[in-house]
Order: sequence, then C-alpha cells, then structure tokens
Amino acid sequence: MKRAGIIMIIGSSMLLGLFVFPMWNIRLGAPQYPEPLGIDIHVNGLKGESEFDIQNIDGLNHYIGMKTLPKPDDMWEFSVFPKVVWLMAGLGILIGILGLMGKISPILFLVWFVMMSILGALGIYDFNLWLVDYGTDLDPNAILKLVNPDGTPMQYNPPLLGHKKLLNFDAFSYPRTGGILLGLGMLLSLVSFFLGRKARLVSKS
Amino acid sequence: MKTNIIKNILFISALAFLFSCGQAGDRGGNGALSSNIAEKVYVAPGERDEQYAFLSGGYSGNLTVYGLPSGRLFKEIPVFSQFPTSGYGYSEETKPMLNTSFGFIPWDDLHHPDISQTNGELDGRWIFANGNNTPRIARISLTTFETEEIIEVPNSAGNHSSSFITENTEYVVAGTRFSVPVPQKDMPISEYKANFKGALTFIAVDQEHGHMDIKFQLLMPGFNYDLSHPGRGKSHGWFFFSTYNTEEANSLLEVNASQNDKDFIAAINWKKIEEYVNNGGGTKMPAKFAHNVYDESTHTATSTMKNEVLTVNPVDVPGAIYFLPTPKSPHGCDVDPNGEYIIGSGKLSANITVHSFDKMLAAIDAEKFDGDAYGIPILNYDDVLAGSVQSGGLGPLHTEFDGKGNAYTTFFISSEVVKWKLGTWEVVDRKPTYYSVGHLMIPGGNSRKPHGKYLVAMNKITKDRYLPTGPEMEHSAQIYDISGEKMELLYDFPTHGEPHYAAGCDAELLVNNSKKIYRIDENNHPYAIKSPAEARVERDGKEVHIYMSTIRSHFTPDNIEGIKVGDKVYFHITNHEQDFDVPHGFSMIGQRTSEILVMPGQTKTSLWEPERVGVWPFYCTDFCSALHQEMQGYIRVSPANSNIELSYTLDGDDI
Repeated sequence: MKRAGIIMIIGSSMLLGLFVFPMWNIRLGAPQYPEPLGIDIHVNGLKGESEFDIQNIDGLNHYIGMKTLPKPDDMWEFSVFPKVVWLMAGLGILIGILGLMGKISPILFLVWFVMMSILGALGIYDFNLWLVDYGTDLDPNAILKLVNPDGTPMQYNPPLLGHKKLLNFDAFSYPRTGGILLGLGMLLSLVSFFLGRKARLVSKS
Repeated sequence: MKTNIIKNILFISALAFLFSCGQAGDRGGNGALSSNIAEKVYVAPGERDEQYAFLSGGYSGNLTVYGLPSGRLFKEIPVFSQFPTSGYGYSEETKPMLNTSFGFIPWDDLHHPDISQTNGELDGRWIFANGNNTPRIARISLTTFETEEIIEVPNSAGNHSSSFITENTEYVVAGTRFSVPVPQKDMPISEYKANFKGALTFIAVDQEHGHMDIKFQLLMPGFNYDLSHPGRGKSHGWFFFSTYNTEEANSLLEVNASQNDKDFIAAINWKKIEEYVNNGGGTKMPAKFAHNVYDESTHTATSTMKNEVLTVNPVDVPGAIYFLPTPKSPHGCDVDPNGEYIIGSGKLSANITVHSFDKMLAAIDAEKFDGDAYGIPILNYDDVLAGSVQSGGLGPLHTEFDGKGNAYTTFFISSEVVKWKLGTWEVVDRKPTYYSVGHLMIPGGNSRKPHGKYLVAMNKITKDRYLPTGPEMEHSAQIYDISGEKMELLYDFPTHGEPHYAAGCDAELLVNNSKKIYRIDENNHPYAIKSPAEARVERDGKEVHIYMSTIRSHFTPDNIEGIKVGDKVYFHITNHEQDFDVPHGFSMIGQRTSEILVMPGQTKTSLWEPERVGVWPFYCTDFCSALHQEMQGYIRVSPANSNIELSYTLDGDDI
C-alpha cells in the first residue's frame, strides 16, 4: 500500500504540469508557411507557438469570417479549469498521503481516476464544442464564402485529434507535454489502485 | 580609335584562343558535361546556398547579396543611391542618409565591401563599404541588411583605398586616390606637386553600435593612394597602402604617372599614430562633413554636419610611416592570412612583388634607408623583398588567399586567375576568366581565416558570355572550385552594376541573426501608431499628417477628405503585420517621389503635395495577399480656399 500511495502522489502531482506546459496544440501549415503557425492551448489560455502566431492566425481567419481567438477573459473555461486542476491534484495528493499512511481504501484511487475521466471527457466535449463554434459561426459578410460540393457552407473547425485539410492549410491537433502528463498521471492513479488492492489482498490473506 | 578596338579584340581573342588550347576540356561548356560540374553549383529547389557573397555594385551605388555556389541574387541593398524599390533616399526617414557637405547627393560609386572582424576573423556584425566619388564610408547591418550609417570623409577625393578594416574592427580606413589641396583652395592646377596632399583617414568604430567617428587624418604626400589592407596577426597595428603617381603628375596620368619604375607601398604603424593622437598630438582643422545615422528603433535617419577634423603631419610622428618601393604602379595591396607577406601587384608588370613584414621590421631597426620622400623614409627594395612571382601573366591586380598557403591573383590584361604558393612563389595553376578580371573574392579571403572553397572572379568585360542585350550589358562573374590542387571553373553569372571587390562568409555566420520582422512594440518612430485604432489625420497649417495603418488587406483610414491644393501631405505608414515577409507598399497618383515599401512593424513617411482638385486614389504596391488588389483608398482634394472639413474613415465609420 505504501508503494501505491507514492505512485498516487506522483500521478496526481503530474496534473500540475498543466500549469507549466501546454495541454494541447493545433498547428497550421501551408506551402507559404514553411514554419507552421501554432496555437498552444494552456489550461489558462491560448498562446502562440511563436510569439505572433495568434495575431497571424487571426489575420488569416478574418478572410473566412472567423471570430478572433479567445483571450483568457473571453472564456469561463480558462478561469475554471485551473481551479479544477488544483482541486483534483490536491485531492489526489491528499488521498495518496492517506493511502501511504494506510488510512484509506485503495478504492478511493479508483474513484479519483473515474472523477478525472469524467472531467476529462467533459473537457474534451467542451473543447470540441468550442472548435465547432469557431469553425462554423462565421461572419455572414466574410471575404471568402466557400461552399461544399453539396452547397452547404464550408466549415473550418480543426480536428479534435489528428490531421484535417482546411483549404490550403494542413491542420494538426495533438496533445502536448501538459496533456501527456495528465494522461500519464491518470494512468498512474489506476496503477496505484491495482497495486494498493493487491497489497491489501496479500496482507489480508 | 576603331582600329585600336579591333586590335584589342584580336589581342583578347588571341589570348582566349591560347588559353583554350592550353587548357583543353576546362572550358565551362564541355567541362560541365564531362565532369558533373553542374552538380557542384546546383542548389536544388528549397535548398540553400553554403555561403553569402556581398558584391559591390560600383556605379549602381549599392551592394548586392548573392549565394554561393549558385550565383543566385538575393537582395540589392541600397547604400549610396536612391532606390525606388524600397523608397530608400526618397522616404522622409532615409533622405538624410544621402546628405553630404555638398547637399543631397542621390548616388555614389560603391567599391570595396569589408565584413567586420574580431581577432582577425569575420564576425558578421556589419559590412562596410566606400563611396568613391563623394568620399563616404557606409556601415550596413548584417541583421537587417540595411544601411545604418554613412560618414563623409573630408579632405579626400576619389575615396578608393577604402573601406578596409583592422582585425578587431577598431578602424575602418579610407584613403584618397586623388590628392587635392588641403584645405581646398583656389590655386593653379599646375602647382600640384608638393602642394597637394593625400589624406588617409582612420575612422574609429564603436564596438557596441558600430558608430563611426573620424579619429585622425594622416596628410600624406600628394600621391595617388590606390588600395590598402590591414596587417593581421603579427603585423596587426600596421596598415599598407599602394600608391601610384609618385611622379605627382596632374595631367595625362596614363603616361606621366607611369614614368617611375617603382612607386611605393606605404606602411603605416597606426597604433603609433593612435598613441600620438591620444597623447594630444595632431592639429585640429576646420572641415565640413556629414555624419548620417539611421536608428533602427525610430526607423529614421538623422544627418549631423561636423565642422572639424584632427589631422596628423607624417613627419611629426617619426618611426610610424615608411615607403616600400614597389614596381610598376601597384594597384592591389593584399596581406596574407599570417600577416607576413604584403603583396603589391604592379599593374603594368608581369610579376607580383611580395614584401616581407619581418624583413621590413629588420630594415627599419637597422635604419637602412634609401633616402626619403617628403621626410618619410624609403626602405631598400631588396631589403624588404620576400620574393617575386614570375607569373607568366600580364597586369596583376588583386590577390586573395585560401588559408592553405596559396595565393590567387587576378590578371586584368591576360584575363586569368593565377594560383601560386606563398613562400616558394611558384605558379601552381592558372585559369582563364571571361573577360578582363578585376577583383576576386574568396569568402574570408581577406582575414586570418579564409573559407577557401570557392573563388569568385569579377570581370570588367562581358562580350559574348550571355544572350546579348544591346550595347549595355551586366558584368560577368565566374565561380571556381578551389578545394583541389587545380582550380575548376564551375559557373558564370551576371552581376549588377560594376562589382569592384566583394566580401563573403559562410552562411551560418549570418543566417540565424537575420531579422524577420521589426517589433511593433519596439517601434519608436514619432509618427508610428501602435494599432489601427490610433489611425488619424491631423492638420497643422498647410501640413497634413496622416497616421495610417496597413494590415492585410486595407489601409486605415482609406477615405480622407478635407485635403487642399497646396497642402504638404505626409503619409506616415505603419505596417502592423508581425508576420515574416509581409511588406505593404504605398503609392499615390501624381506623387513626385517613389513608392515606399514598409516592412512589418516599420513606419515610413511619404510626402505628397497635391496640385489638382479631385478625388485621387492610392494603393498598396506590394502583392501582399489574395485581396491585394482591394488594398486601396481615396483622397478628396479640394481647392485651397475650400472649407471642407478634415475627415477620415474606414468602411464609412470614423476611426
């Protein structure tokens, strides 16, 4: 159980990586952008991969009538998410310590994992809503009004994960260090649950 | 006249024939097929060159930037000439760059670029170049590739033995080709001899910003100071100038200045003179000259007129200056990477004279002089001679080095580059050039550490090398591979203007320092606006200042009314892009100046004095985006006495 507690502490601490590293990244490359433009999505706001990328993406997006990318104040997520991360990391560390001291059942590790999974799924759902909103809620007076072969207006939401062709741009969407640490941390909490359960079974028998 | 030309052509073709027979298989055309030469200069699409080459533009007044080995032209940097492509010398900010004590001069003859050095090696901070006609020295930034400073050189005329730098860029040196009365005065030309002076100017370079300031001018005897180079390594602290017309002729120089069998290389211990000056030596003399500095943060140049220069009389600093007799009106004066050999190319000679620095010092120590010229000791030719290259060519001009113990000298009359060994003076190889080569350049070839892979020969005569373009053609250059024992001709490429010398370096030295944009938050131009929201128009009497923004793909404002005939309208255009390679241009119908090209984050000003009532369009001159054609606006010009109020809008809205 001691080892399980330590792993739980390590795993939940890894969430704090979200305050240092970007969670997700969307990158836009095109022939005339040999150095692609990139948006790093942090838990508390968007940042250009290079200093002026956000401004330059907004500059391009104005042709298709897309809203400018949100500032931290424009989206409740950027103030709520950090709090949730702090809370969940704190909670995880707490139950890890309690587990270390043998005061709780490892089932709480699993509870934490399930809570994180639900929150994560909600986060991805919200992220997708946001992508669709930006990709489809376009200015009716946009400079470029392109339609699909079936006559419906073209949409510009980047992919949730992976690659998508958007006009002349290749859009790539992948987790970044913060997001990867989050995933690993969750995995570790699951590991700590199994280890803890095993330890408890062994000690009982 | 005509028969002379025919004779010349026959002579040149005879030489070409001789060489083509002697070097069968080496001619560009056949060689490329037989030995995959093409691969050596082929830089595939998307690939980049190994080296930068900065070729002087001569009478274009500008500097051109090429890639080696491809010979592709990357940029023309305006230096001494107005340049409508960017608005240099036309925009309000850059007009002061071309100011001189003679007033605004829109042109000069740019000769010898030299890249800044630290410890005798290229450091890639700046490149210096001289204006030959109205003596000036320019400093060009190698992060922005723009001219940042021009200083006029007073008491000089035909600023030719310039702009060579000492091995830590302590000084950029400018010598006069034509001697003149100093100070200038109304006097008979025939009294030239003993009365005219040749000013050699040592311009101190501030190591942080590169700013130039004349430290002292050495007023030498009235010879023609043709070319110069710094000592390096053990000879650091010395500077060497070739001279001709030690006869001091003032007319028909082609005959009268070719009478002495030997002229001189002047060896100048500038450290000694510097010490003399630092201890209060020298005489201050009234002299008017302009000093023009471009500030990257305000994107604006200012011109200051200076009134005084410190002069030094050579005889006042004994032991600082010596003359080394050098045969046949020497032109090139080059110093090898170790600083031991000083090479004087007697341009009317078949041979190349090499002086030894060590021997020179020994002769000076032993006080073995062969008289003096105007109080300056003359050393014995035999005492300082290291050796002589029996070249077999005719008309040696310039020498560069590969850092492997070889020297390469151009021969104008026999149209060839000759490779020879330092120390043994034996000729190793020779290759024809097309035709009548002047300067040559090996990147770093004028430093302690040459990057001896390619050699560029810059020719004066083009004739049949390219498809004909009427009587006037660009000059021609050739690239040789010098990595092997024998030189290999790789490629021909046309050059812009007339390159007199060039400087080159490995690409790595500059690639990562090259600026992509100017930061708008660091733009301190007094008429800059930080965002389009600050765009406005202000009237101050007859002057109207338009603070205008450009961003893809519109001007803010783009409809302006209330301008009147007789106004002086200043368009202060700020480019609010912060993306690499997105300039915007600006031009106004009927404007008596050039367009301007504004880089991202930059502000430039264009003056328009409307003369006719009407509604006049302006537009962006750079194809900036898919909607570039839409990037336009209108200005309503009303009669001088009209009372239409000043207004400015974008999309019908006030800003």
